Amino acid sequence: MFAMTMLESLASPADPTIAVWVEGLTKRFVHRSLLRRSEPQVVTALENLTFSVERGEIFGILGANGSGKSTLIRVLSTLLIPDRGTARVFGCDVVREAGQVKRLINRVSVEASFFKRLSAMENLLYASRLYGRHGRGLRADIVATLGRLGIGADQIDQPLEEFSRGMQQKVAIARAFLTSPILLLLDEPTTGLDPRSKRDVQALVHQLRAEHDATILLCTHDLDEAEALCDRIAILDRGRLVAVDTPERLKAMAARPGASSPSLEEAFLALTGHALEAELAGKPG
Amino acid sequence: MTVDAMRKVSPRRRLWHEVRAAYAFIERNLFLTRRYWGWEVAFTIYTIASSLSVMYIGKAQQANEDYLVLYLGIGTLVWSYLRLIFSIISEMIAWERWEGTIEYTMMAPVSRLTHLVGVAIFAVLNGLFRSALLLGVIALLFDIDLGGANLAGATLILAVGSLSFIGVGMMAAVLPLLFTERGAEMTFVISSVLLLVSGVYYPVAVLPGWMQPAARVSPATYVLEGMRAAILDGAPMAALWPVLWPTLLIGLLTIPAGVLVFSAVERYAKRTGRLKRSG
Repeated sequence: MFAMTMLESLASPADPTIAVWVEGLTKRFVHRSLLRRSEPQVVTALENLTFSVERGEIFGILGANGSGKSTLIRVLSTLLIPDRGTARVFGCDVVREAGQVKRLINRVSVEASFFKRLSAMENLLYASRLYGRHGRGLRADIVATLGRLGIGADQIDQPLEEFSRGMQQKVAIARAFLTSPILLLLDEPTTGLDPRSKRDVQALVHQLRAEHDATILLCTHDLDEAEALCDRIAILDRGRLVAVDTPERLKAMAARPGASSPSLEEAFLALTGHALEAELAGKPG
Repeated sequence: MTVDAMRKVSPRRRLWHEVRAAYAFIERNLFLTRRYWGWEVAFTIYTIASSLSVMYIGKAQQANEDYLVLYLGIGTLVWSYLRLIFSIISEMIAWERWEGTIEYTMMAPVSRLTHLVGVAIFAVLNGLFRSALLLGVIALLFDIDLGGANLAGATLILAVGSLSFIGVGMMAAVLPLLFTERGAEMTFVISSVLLLVSGVYYPVAVLPGWMQPAARVSPATYVLEGMRAAILDGAPMAALWPVLWPTLLIGLLTIPAGVLVFSAVERYAKRTGRLKRSG
């Protein structure tokens, strides 16, 4: 119902104010056993998703584990090819124009994903060079960016396996900063972080939007984080888009006459029929 | 920078970007080599020890001792070089999957050819360094006379042989993409079979008849035959042609085929979700 509302309000995929355009996106995974003669297991990760994200927005995707959030991020990152539908980033199709899309995006995932024995400097040199950064200023930029994130010069040459998870996540944010993406895909970037690191990362998200004119798509199952950061939130449940709106309007949707204004968690429960912490069995992230 | 400027890059700028990206892969592998220096030292010692062991088997034979030592020395030197090129290239995906960086490398704005070329250049440089080290140790311990050898011919054969192993390595690199759990083991099986059929330590003629056709499609067979002809027999350039052209042909066929196969399998992996770290 809400997805249809969203579709009606879509402008056009070529509209320069639209950062992400997703229409009818469907992705299924088929698991076949080579040894057992059993029916292949089909898992629908995304089912006919339609929405758009405006340039400069911080757009949240809220859903339980297994709701399809990570699959959506992977499709937008050109790492998964959808079965049906289209996804465009600033007008470029993520399948047919993957090369152009790659120049516009970067991603911070729940796993920091680095060469563990390499230092922060070595990992960031590698990542930056792949995105066309070069020259004498690059090392200085890396030192400055890590410094802003609270990683001192004395830690820059240490192997990343010696860093805490919070620090590794900050290096992952630095990796995204250094490549100046205009669309940043954040896949649960604060999961497992202590409250202080969480606040630091959230401040950085705001900073990235302000300094780099970036659009940010944030997948999370942290309701407070979604409410604090996002201009609009899409609720994803078992691969389907249940609702897309501002946090206030989502809460208003779940409001009962005469009762006090519900929390975002109550709104999520009312819209999906289950709590956010519920694990959706058999579903990919 | 505007969105349009980021999207549209001139061909010249794009080429320059790809060159720099190839350098990024070389530099990254140098960093990894330095950080995993303990393993590098261990593998180098293992290579030298196993090569010397094989050569001492030759020295222990009474008849034709010098010829046999050099025959085995060429086998062990060439094989350690080609195997290293093959394993660095074929393991590039398995390594990144293990580190958890595969998705970040795949979503970077770099062509797959650049990725493969960057890794291949590092593999050749690494192989040359280790082979030079091994050659130095062999020269110290064995009295080898290379007076009549055609060293220029041997170098040419090795250079062309490198191309063919790069191509075979590219094709083998898709296995960890296709088989997320067993792909790395499969590349090991390929290098083992190449070792068996290519006449590394013995002439191909001693193999059972049914095994010999496999030797004819292995690029290592031609590289070894050419190296032995150039070094042991001092064969001139013209005489090396019968082994040079098949080696060159395999390289010219397998490198583009490797890039095509890799691209096709990458697309398959993106359709089926096999890029994900745990598969």
